[in-house]
Amino acid sequence: MNGEEPNERHASEFSSREIFMEEILETKRMIEEQGLDVRTITMGISLLDCIDASLDRIQEKMREKITCFARDLTQVAQSIENDFGIPIINRRIAITPVSLLLGALPAVQSINYSGICGMLNITDLIPGEAIDACISIASTLDAIAKELQVDFIGGFSALVHKGFTKESLCLIRSLPEVMKTTERVCASVNVGTSRDGMNMDAVKVMGEIIHNIAMATADHGSIGCAKLVVFTNAVDDNPFMAGAFHGIGEPECCINVGVSGPGVMRNAVSHQKNVDFESLAESVKKTAFKITRVGQLVAREASKRLNVPFGIVDLSLAPTPRPYDSVAGILEEMGLEMTGGPGTTAALALLTDAVKKGGLMASSYVGGLSGAFIPVSEDTGMTRAAEAGILTIEKLEAMTAVCSVGLDMIMIPGDTLPSTISGIIADEGMIGIMNNKTTGTRLIPVIGKDVGDHVSYGGLLGESVVMPVKKTSCEGFISRGGRIPAPVHSHKN
Amino acid sequence: MGITAVVIVVGMDQPGIVAAVSTVLASKNINIRDISQSYAHEFFTIILIVEFADDSGTIKEVETAIKDALRERDMNLFVSIQHEDVFRAMHRI
Repeated sequence: MNGEEPNERHASEFSSREIFMEEILETKRMIEEQGLDVRTITMGISLLDCIDASLDRIQEKMREKITCFARDLTQVAQSIENDFGIPIINRRIAITPVSLLLGALPAVQSINYSGICGMLNITDLIPGEAIDACISIASTLDAIAKELQVDFIGGFSALVHKGFTKESLCLIRSLPEVMKTTERVCASVNVGTSRDGMNMDAVKVMGEIIHNIAMATADHGSIGCAKLVVFTNAVDDNPFMAGAFHGIGEPECCINVGVSGPGVMRNAVSHQKNVDFESLAESVKKTAFKITRVGQLVAREASKRLNVPFGIVDLSLAPTPRPYDSVAGILEEMGLEMTGGPGTTAALALLTDAVKKGGLMASSYVGGLSGAFIPVSEDTGMTRAAEAGILTIEKLEAMTAVCSVGLDMIMIPGDTLPSTISGIIADEGMIGIMNNKTTGTRLIPVIGKDVGDHVSYGGLLGESVVMPVKKTSCEGFISRGGRIPAPVHSHKN
Repeated sequence: MGITAVVIVVGMDQPGIVAAVSTVLASKNINIRDISQSYAHEFFTIILIVEFADDSGTIKEVETAIKDALRERDMNLFVSIQHEDVFRAMHRI
């Protein structure tokens, strides 16, 4: 790697033995005590060649192709874990947005095209047979994920940032039933881009769909909503769920890795108690470098062992419900009494920016979202701040302007109006569009629960408290129809 | 030439740790290239840079063998073996 002769390297390490040993122990502490791990190895697979007029044939081809590429994914991940001693927490698959595969189906072909333009009543337009086809495909994907022992399969998705097509409407309309009947299928809908503006028809529809998913999964704390993200500026190579899909322009297959280490970062920051911002930022950068290098190593090794091209490393800091694995914890170590109070947005901006600077040096291809995640239910510090009433949706919205994801894993009252949900999506979407970044919304209206109620999903999805949403109506705004035009700065030619 | 790996053993200091570990390594045709140790607050940390031969087995197998050997001697120690690339990747530009 350095181009040195083996003997030279050996000699220099004898003379710098103390530093070498300290580095080894540092790595050991990061892994054993601070939770350094590879959060996910995600294999992206193109299913464009699975398009067929027969629903059975689509599903057969999907099964064949996914199994062919991903058959050894779990086993190779385990072997890398064994050889490098780095835990690899999740194995996942991301596929071509499924809506792109539906066009040849007779049920979709038969949809009356002229009705698609203008304001929509999606209940009338889409035949049950087309929706059943989507549900069947989702069920097949769910079964494949279970057979291959992957945690989630992402890409049950539609890209509607400029407008709907028949296929995307079919998929969207099928979401409530799909989220109810499958376990491991993750969905996403892209409703806007900086280049195209925001499809407000889609925003209105998605508010209703999220409400319907919440109702359909009400028996399980409306958990269906935790597997759907509404994006603007969605990226093609995000390895994290629920928003992962294998975008157009990606190769037949590739390996994308998401590292993580909020615990490692928090530990590093905790040793910078009384230093100035320059030193603090440097410490974050250097730690991000080390964390990202782990991801790069694992990605290269996975690519080699699976014989699949290396895609990207996503260097996002992604929290888990483990107590030390909290992004809020990092912000609080920086000097905030509690996340959500004044200073939070600035601290998060510093963190996200320094993570990027350090991580970019560490990897040949950085991609995905690459910043800091702030999913409320997956971060014990965020949950605590929400319970205390210090962290609010409004503050989270501000934070999303400087971090990488969006309003993520936020529980809201079950009686929140669909149009209000749409309003939140619209707000978050415009932050992404105006700032040329990706933003996403993963809201969970918990049916039957109100502000202050606790909801627990267990596992990686964590637990949290229902957060208040202002009850003023935006129905008139949301119902106008059409698109919000692209911002002036998108005209770059 | 096989892979180079880093063996880390940490725990309460007692006679026979190095002997136990190196016996396992020798039995698997693994060559020790460097040993460092430090001792702090009764905790003993030993780091061995080792070279696997083609017939040494996998990293996981050797790690398990060392853990078994230590357990047989009633030694309760932390053991981990990692490919050297982890450390080179993290700590060198």
